[in-house]
Amino acid sequence: MKRAITLGAIAIFLTIASIWMGRASYSWFPPQASAEAILYDDLFSILTAIGTFIFLGVTLAIVYNIIFYRVGRYDTSDGPPIEGNVRLEILWTVTPLLIVIGLATASYQTYDKMNLHGPTEIAHLPQVIEPAYADTGMTAEPMTNVEVDSKQWAWVFRYPEKNVTSTELHLPVNQRAHFELRSQDVIHGFYIPAFRVKQDIIPAKTIDFEFTPIREGKYRLRDSQYSGTYFAAMQADVVVESPAAYKDWLNEAAKQTPTPAPNQAASEYARREQKEDSAGWKTVVPAPAPMVNYHP
Amino acid sequence: MTTTTPQDLIPKTPPNWRKYFSFSTDHKVIGIQYIVTAFFFFLLAGVFAMIMRGELITPEPDLLDRTVYNGLYTMHGTIMLFGWTFPVLSGFANYLVPLMIGARDMAFPRLNAVAFWMIPVVGILLILSFLVPGGPAQSGWWAYPPQSLQNPTGNLINGQFIWLLAVAISGVSSIMGALNIVTTIIRMRAPGMGWFKTPAFVWTVLAAQLIQLYGLPALTAGAVMLLCDLSVGTAFFDPAQGGNPVLFQHFFWFYSHPAVYVMVLPVFGIFSEVFPVYARKPLFGYKIVAVSSLIITGLSGIVWVHHMFASGTPGWMRVVFMASTMLISVPTGIKVFAWVGTIWGGKLRLDTPMLFAMGGLINFVFAGITGIMLSSVPIDIHVNNTYFVVGHFHYVLYGTITFGIYAGIYHWFPKMTGKMYYEGLGKLHFYLTFAGTALNFLPMHPLGLMGMPRRVASYDPEFAFWNVLASLGGFLLGISTIPFILNMVSSWTSGKPAGNNPWKAIGLEWLISSPPEHENFEEIPVVVAEPYGYGKDEKLTENMGG
Repeated sequence: MKRAITLGAIAIFLTIASIWMGRASYSWFPPQASAEAILYDDLFSILTAIGTFIFLGVTLAIVYNIIFYRVGRYDTSDGPPIEGNVRLEILWTVTPLLIVIGLATASYQTYDKMNLHGPTEIAHLPQVIEPAYADTGMTAEPMTNVEVDSKQWAWVFRYPEKNVTSTELHLPVNQRAHFELRSQDVIHGFYIPAFRVKQDIIPAKTIDFEFTPIREGKYRLRDSQYSGTYFAAMQADVVVESPAAYKDWLNEAAKQTPTPAPNQAASEYARREQKEDSAGWKTVVPAPAPMVNYHP
Repeated sequence: MTTTTPQDLIPKTPPNWRKYFSFSTDHKVIGIQYIVTAFFFFLLAGVFAMIMRGELITPEPDLLDRTVYNGLYTMHGTIMLFGWTFPVLSGFANYLVPLMIGARDMAFPRLNAVAFWMIPVVGILLILSFLVPGGPAQSGWWAYPPQSLQNPTGNLINGQFIWLLAVAISGVSSIMGALNIVTTIIRMRAPGMGWFKTPAFVWTVLAAQLIQLYGLPALTAGAVMLLCDLSVGTAFFDPAQGGNPVLFQHFFWFYSHPAVYVMVLPVFGIFSEVFPVYARKPLFGYKIVAVSSLIITGLSGIVWVHHMFASGTPGWMRVVFMASTMLISVPTGIKVFAWVGTIWGGKLRLDTPMLFAMGGLINFVFAGITGIMLSSVPIDIHVNNTYFVVGHFHYVLYGTITFGIYAGIYHWFPKMTGKMYYEGLGKLHFYLTFAGTALNFLPMHPLGLMGMPRRVASYDPEFAFWNVLASLGGFLLGISTIPFILNMVSSWTSGKPAGNNPWKAIGLEWLISSPPEHENFEEIPVVVAEPYGYGKDEKLTENMGG
């Protein structure tokens, strides 16, 4: 009876702590700026709560034994010769199995709802994941189309609708965005943390990618696949704005003649070349600053 | 007339410390050669890490040129894996397996020595690559093409070339080692030592070395193909010439994910040996713990694409590998719960090996939870290639594996040297290491969730707070090695004699002298009981007691 109360109390404490951590996990991320981010943060919260339960459970068990079963220096006796317990062993094999089946199912459903596309043509097998726009709350049309051109070390975004190029990614809010990702040299990673999405860009391939921005603001796009010397500097701003503001921006940009955009890698390299006693090793020369209609 | 026997062709082992610098074929000498050499590389790669943490203490790239940072992070990872973790665990396997199974040496003693002496070659090659024009490899330990093929100097001998050569040599050395260890375990167990009388450490070493045998050929072949692309103009992986760079990623991860299990399985073995001794209880569920190692061997071969969820992989492939990856947590969970069951209600003695094993277990549970998160495709899409992953694998490689190695070093130090280490310094080492690990690697998780990519020499100012903490933790880990080194050196030279079995542990290695004589056993033991008979008052062997 006493034991049941103790175990019950521990279970209640673990449950409360786990739910609290699951709730807290939402604050660990950048703002939820895409429909996918909402799905993502919900799934992460569930994983955090389950993880907290297991971690605290095991840690408390160890701490409990350290406190109550530690022996003095001169106590040389042995503990009880318990070699195992078949029921317990089955329990702790089956329970984790059920948990991971549940997590795999939940993860699959979330991934399915995100419907990010990504590479499909590599293996000629039917797609398990059917295209579905369910639960993002958006319809398939209209869609913002952007071609993403990556190179060492710059991002260039091209809007085929108006033949506009820019080093800043502009997107209208609440409209699904479709990207064609390309790389001129090495593998780059298209990554916008506020949107919780990422896709490697493989040279000599065009990769489709999709998501839906839902929150106006300025976010950061980073290269996520190591691409050489100036990898860390390969970033760009992402501006999500109202459809009207986006249209104005696009029209305004279409009137500008292309000019060279500032490029951190190119300017750092130029500065390094001027210093004769450079401490660094020889590097791949950055591509010249891109010529674009719009740059910040 | 004198005849030359094969024995005469083996150089004689010198009697004193010089034996550690000789081509000795004694598995105990080779074991210690591996461990000490690996520790030297551990310190070197640790210094690299601290320089990197020095750069990352501020957002701007102000301390190092970006190329130097990239070279350092590449060498940090490469040397930590191929210079520290693999070799030190080969050292444990070499030293302990023959003693634990009642054998006089490994199956192929000379092959053993050759495999060891390739490790200093690998290390020296990697260190010398800092001196070639263009510096060392700067493409990370993954060396993904086409970035790794760029070779800005245009020289034939360049950092990447030397790096690939070193990885290929390391692969050959490990294949030799694996062949030797697997043969030894299968063929040379003492009479009476059936599989379910074999210690859990031996099971885990067998499970790990089987992975080496099926996995390493893929990595070594991949490295040789990349070397051909780099140096002789083939186009296996170069997309500009029609090659497929994603194919390299498959070659690489087909081995390099199971490689994590090659490294962590023997540490699971060390945990399984340490917990019963200091809890004075049998290993809970010994048979299932033993068998779960082989289940991990099997499953670890079908999970590699989880490193490529954001790469050029189609959706169906991502989902299949998510399922297989999550499944591997089941046999791993069995072990974790079995260790807790072993500790539960025992007579706990908190000596340094036990502290490191318990600390390692707690860190491993944490790493396992972030590991499950990473195996979920949608979760991984955001945190892949961020500091979340860096935090996760440092909790595995440092928090779990290095902790387990420290537990093993303290536990078997009396056996290896015949001397006792200083307990106070050992405990100080543990507390500094535990605090340093949390301070260094915990902040990496929020950084990753916020979106800080790995492998960057500079970052946005919003990430500064957690990076300062991580850097301080990194320096603390550097400091934590000082009491360890002091302890090892002073105990080995002037520690108290330890006796044959200072821990009152059960196992064949504890029945013989410390350090064991050449060829270990005067009489080969005949095993009659399961290992871990704590509290049972039974004999382990028929002829040697125990």
